[in-house]
Amino acid sequence: MPVFAPGLVGPALLLSAVLFCIGVAGVLLRRNAIIVFLCIELMLNAVNLTFVAVGQLYGMSGQVIVFFVMSVAAAEAAVGLAIVLSVFRHRATVDLKHANLLQG
Amino acid sequence: MTHAVFVFFALVAVASALFCVTQRNPVAAIMWLIVTMLSLAGIFVLLGAEFAGAMQVLVYAGAILVLFMFFVMLLQLRHHDSDIRGKLGWVLALGVAGALLMQLAALKGYTPGRLAEEISSAPDQFASPAAVFPHAAEVQQTAVALGPVGAVAEPMFTRWLVPFELTSVLLLAAIVGAVVLAKRRL
Repeated sequence: MPVFAPGLVGPALLLSAVLFCIGVAGVLLRRNAIIVFLCIELMLNAVNLTFVAVGQLYGMSGQVIVFFVMSVAAAEAAVGLAIVLSVFRHRATVDLKHANLLQG
Repeated sequence: MTHAVFVFFALVAVASALFCVTQRNPVAAIMWLIVTMLSLAGIFVLLGAEFAGAMQVLVYAGAILVLFMFFVMLLQLRHHDSDIRGKLGWVLALGVAGALLMQLAALKGYTPGRLAEEISSAPDQFASPAAVFPHAAEVQQTAVALGPVGAVAEPMFTRWLVPFELTSVLLLAAIVGAVVLAKRRL
């Protein structure tokens, strides 16, 4: 039996805002490519929380979009980590300071 | 009771997200992000989204972050100095994130009534929640009648069928792209 807590919508939206801002700060603050990817995953999760919170008021389409966001996140992680791997082969580091050429 | 559980999960999620951003070791950062994901799964269940919570545990914590973990172990990273940017980076990150948070903090005041009022007062009358989405009571009835998985499956395979099929094309493209990028010699 699903539970419904409409009173939690405001706090849930605030929590997702806080998590999204932590993700933004992490992307700007770190130079390690792996941790930048983790911060992007954190931002996607914060958006998922928004969809779930609003979706419990306005239909299950919110949860369907959460499903789509998860598949996009999986695709992005696979391709992004492959790019980091090919940079690592050339530069032997995942520090974004050394990833300054498109070719090479 | 529900509020206390929500506050607990929210505090765990925010604290572990902060640890994830500030850890120097990537493995530790991934572990902290797993804690964030699991507490978000708990919040999804609290918000009546059991299916999304289960997917969160299986797909995010179980698949995506394990992929990250394999990747870190594959690379054999050596320990370097801290990769956190200098003073300018801190100013930029805290400034941008703080400004964004000040804007987004207004979301806290949103209640179901205010959300419905703002959407229905939009100039386009078709944007009213009654025209676009079913009412909350109707949503709850559907969820109770069809069960947590059936209530998600029903829109997914009717209204969202084309995006659902396009997701498979996206995943195929991602598989091909990852193999092309990561393989040494094709």
